[in-house]
This record gives sequence, C-alpha cells and structure tokens, in this order.
Amino acid sequence: MATVRSAETERTTERDRESAVQPVEKERWLGAQPIGLLFITPYVLFLAAIFVYPLIVQFFISFKDYFFAAPGATVDRPWVGFQNYVDVIQDPTFQRSLFNVFEFMIINVPATVFLSLVLAYALNSKMRGLSFFRGAYYAPYVTASVAIVTVWLFMFGETGLVNTVLGSLAPDPSWLINRYWAMPMIAVFVTWKQLGFFILLYLAALQNVPKERYEAADVDGASTVQKFWSVTVPGVRPATTLVIILATITGMNLFTEPYLLTNGGGPNGASVTPVFYMYQKGVEQGQAGYAAAIGMILLVITLGIALVQRRVLERD
Amino acid sequence: MSKPTTIPPKAKPTEQQKLTVEPAPRNRLRVLILSIGAIMFIFPFYYMVIGSLQKEADKSFSGVFPHPDNMTVTNYQEINEAIDAPRSLLNSTVFTIGVLLCTVLFGILAGYALAVMHFRGRTTVLSAVLLVLVVPFQLLQIPLYVLIVRAYGLGDTYLGMIIPFAINSTAVFIFRQFFLQLPRELFEAAHIDGASELKTMLRVAIPLARPAILNAVLLTFIGPWNEFLWPFLVTKQQDMQPFAVALANYMNNVAGRATNPDGANMAGGVLLAIPPVVLFLIFQKRFTSTNIGSGVKG
Repeated sequence: MATVRSAETERTTERDRESAVQPVEKERWLGAQPIGLLFITPYVLFLAAIFVYPLIVQFFISFKDYFFAAPGATVDRPWVGFQNYVDVIQDPTFQRSLFNVFEFMIINVPATVFLSLVLAYALNSKMRGLSFFRGAYYAPYVTASVAIVTVWLFMFGETGLVNTVLGSLAPDPSWLINRYWAMPMIAVFVTWKQLGFFILLYLAALQNVPKERYEAADVDGASTVQKFWSVTVPGVRPATTLVIILATITGMNLFTEPYLLTNGGGPNGASVTPVFYMYQKGVEQGQAGYAAAIGMILLVITLGIALVQRRVLERD
Repeated sequence: MSKPTTIPPKAKPTEQQKLTVEPAPRNRLRVLILSIGAIMFIFPFYYMVIGSLQKEADKSFSGVFPHPDNMTVTNYQEINEAIDAPRSLLNSTVFTIGVLLCTVLFGILAGYALAVMHFRGRTTVLSAVLLVLVVPFQLLQIPLYVLIVRAYGLGDTYLGMIIPFAINSTAVFIFRQFFLQLPRELFEAAHIDGASELKTMLRVAIPLARPAILNAVLLTFIGPWNEFLWPFLVTKQQDMQPFAVALANYMNNVAGRATNPDGANMAGGVLLAIPPVVLFLIFQKRFTSTNIGSGVKG
C-alpha cells in the first residue's frame, strides 16, 4: 500500500539526518534505537494472541469435524479435509446469505457514496447552524445500533408510524417481516447509521480540492451543480475509493442489524448474513468446524476486496 | 482542554482557513438539503424519547407529539427492574474503560515507536498494522470464542470481553500519524540533553499529543460502548452483561410481557444512547474530520 512505500523512503531520509547526530548507532544490527522493539512488543504480542493465533486455529478447525462438547469431555474431532468447505459452498443458506449481502451492497454502497458526498459538500462552508447540522449527522454514527433498533422497530412495525402515514400504500406484511423488504430495510438502516462517518471522510477529502479549480470553474460560468460534478467529484476520487471499500467491508460484517431488526434471518432467510450464519452454525448449533470454514471463505473474500483496494489506490 | 501552543494540530487551522472552498455560497439550496437531512437524522432520536415516555404506545400520527396525559416514567422503571440498569451500565463502563486504557497505552507505545524510532522489523510491523486494519474482527469470532471462552474459561469475565479489543490498529495509526508530524528537532534536542527514549516520549511527545489522545479516546469510546456481538458471545450471566447486550436480550425475550413493550425498549435505547451522544456534543469541535482522515488515509 502507498503508506508502506512512503514509510520506506521516509526511513532512509530520517536515518541520514540522524546519522549526523548519532553516527555510531547506525551500524547496530537491531537498528539505531533497539528500545523501539520493547515499545512495540505489547502490540506484537497481542497481535499474535488475538489475530495470528486465532487465524491459525480457525484454519485448522475448518478442516476438522469440530463441535462443542460438554466441558471436560474428550471427544474425537477427526480430520475431514475439505469436506466443510464443500458443504458450506453447497449450502443453500450460505449461498442465500451471500446473495443477501450482495443485495445489501447494491443499495448501501451507492447510497452511502452519493449521500455522504452531497451532505459533506453542503456542510463544507461557514454558515450559521453548522455545528447543529454536523451534530445531527454524527448522532446516529456514535449511537449503538441496539439503541436505534428500538425506535426503528417502533416506527416500521405493522401498525407503526410509517405505515400509518402511508395508509394503504404500506407493504403487507410490514417492512421488517416482508421477505422483499427485510434486506433493503437493513441496508437503509445501516446507510443512515454510518453516514456520519463517511461525511467526515469526505469533509477531510474536500479540504484537499484546490481552490483554484473552483475559481477556474467560476470564470467559465459553471453553476453550483456543474461545479459539483466537474470539480468536486473528480477531486475526491481517492476518498470515494476508500468509502466504497469501507462500505463494502461493513457489508461483509453485518450481524447486529439483521439479528435485531429482523429477528435473526428474517422471513425465509431473507436477511440471513454470512456473519450471522457463522454465529448460528458455530455458537448456537455448536458446529465450530463448519463455522470456521465459513469464516475462512469470508476472509478470502474480504482480503480479495482489500487487494482491489490496493490496486486502485496505487493507480492514483 | 489545554490549547496546544507550539505544535498546531492539523485540525484547527485547516478547519478555520479552508472551510470556504467554494467562494459563492448558494446558501438557500444548501440549507434546504441540510435541513431535510437533519430532520431525517434527528427525528428517530426525538421519537425514541417521546415513545419511551408514553404510558400506552401511541403509533398514530398525533403520537409524534407529547401528550401530558399519556406521559409516564414507568417504562424506565420497567427496564431498570428487568435488566438491572446500574449493574449493566457499570459492566459497560468497565468494559469500555478497560478497552480505552489498553488502546491508548499500547497505541501510543506502538505509534511512537513506528513514527520516531528505527529498529529491526519496523516495516514488517507497519505492514502488519495495515493488514489487520482490513481484516474485521467478526470473521475470527469462532476461533476467538473457542480460545477465550472454551479453552481459557474467560466467559462471563471482564478480561474475556476486553482482550480481543485490547489493541486497536486504527489507534496505532492515528498516533503514528500524529507523532510523524512533530518536528524531529524536538526529539534530537531531548536526546542531546541526555533524555532516554522513554523520557523523551513521556516528557516531550505525549504532552504534545493530547489532542490526538483525546480524539483516539472519543473514537474508541463508541466501539466497546456500542459493541454487541462479542460481549453477547462471551456473557451468559445477566449480571455480567454490558447494557447493549442486556437490552438486546430483553428486546428478544422478555419485552413481550411488559405493559408497553415498545416504550420499555425505547427507554433502554435512550439510556444506552445518552453517554456517547452527550460526550460527542461536548467534544464536537474536537471531533474533526482531519484526524479520522489521516488515520484512515495514512
């Protein structure tokens, strides 16, 4: 990634500068400040304990018929090779969950990019009440999903406010228990909830769009909307890439919202997500090997997305 | 909050100077868009408060406005009795503070080392930080559950809740970016005066890093306070559950028996929402785009 490259160059230049001060230490095998190793040790140890080791464990149990037994009991957990992976890929519920996430992203990603950019653009000025508006947009982002779900259930229930307002236009069955509406509702909820964070990202990116380009567009007599499309949108393209990738990764991790808003999987598994399915298989039904295989497949997909991110970011 | 004098944190001057990127303000369209948006963002919060105070759930259109004769605090009493609010709020607090302490302590140490020190393996660790940023914790929930709950027996303990969140690569990144901005001469001067690395960090770098620390604290606070999945997996006993988990379980299993289930749920929602919302209202000016941006953009 771009950062790694810049770190490399920065290290050599810093070293050169430093060599004027401490010429002898440059030669040390552990580096100029070996004490840095001590500073970094807690991070590395925790990384090993809660990331690397679990990853290895997940890899191994995904090849086993691994299930939870009563505490203390010794049980046989035989190797089954790729059986878990074959089963997962052929599992209709798992396929359904991937499809659901895809449906989620189709709605969530474009809506997130569009709305957060427009709102950040509107917020990017000196005006009265600016801090009120900012506060309003960050509020859902800082609030727990669990808290907000309570009022969404109230609003979108069978006899809720939304259906009262819609009258005969209300869907039947109601939104969250309707198999066509369950997943789009989750997408709307998450878009709304996370928008504040993406507005922040875009606000940062907007500071980097050169003022001259707006002035040039003014000279050409461009309207506000034209300036938005021809100056702002290209100017924040790297941020857009980031927003797309982050929103996609959010989609891969959905758990809380389908679990609480649509009571688990929703009608006929209409809102089962991969992470929810992993929880259901692994923790509720105790088939940890099977769930671990789901986890590994999702990891591969997520890393694939990250690779795309790397490609796209390096192209810029 | 002390005002940083010597080193201007990136946020303040840029916010002030560059906000007017577009010279000619078309303020009417702007205000219209922002107002429509703000209503959609704030209304659910308003409605949650109103709904939590209703004696009987009023889902009709007039229920949007408070009616004095339909107002009560029994929903709060109901939720308080059902999930022992002080106890679960205490659990949330312990969980959150534990995570915050670890995040700040390990984050500063690692961020400082990665920014200003040279040692073998530095680039490797830096790449690892970047890798961890893209792999979400949720995808490792099964092995973490196997290890922490089954193998180490840390289910229903604060330690078990905190451990997976003890290091936060985003925070490491924010701190690294901040320390990189500090002029090298500061550190060199400290070294010439004979200060050790630890002393330089404690006496020179950390006092300057206060704005970055506050930012990392604010950002990290909402993580564990709002976290649902992991504490939900780890805690089975109700007296160990953080508020978010206790409320979710109440919604799914118990609420039906209450006289006004929606009202009780929303009363819980209000209680859960208050701490982070209040914190952000207080520190809103400090919670700026640039810091997050630099954290993520690298």
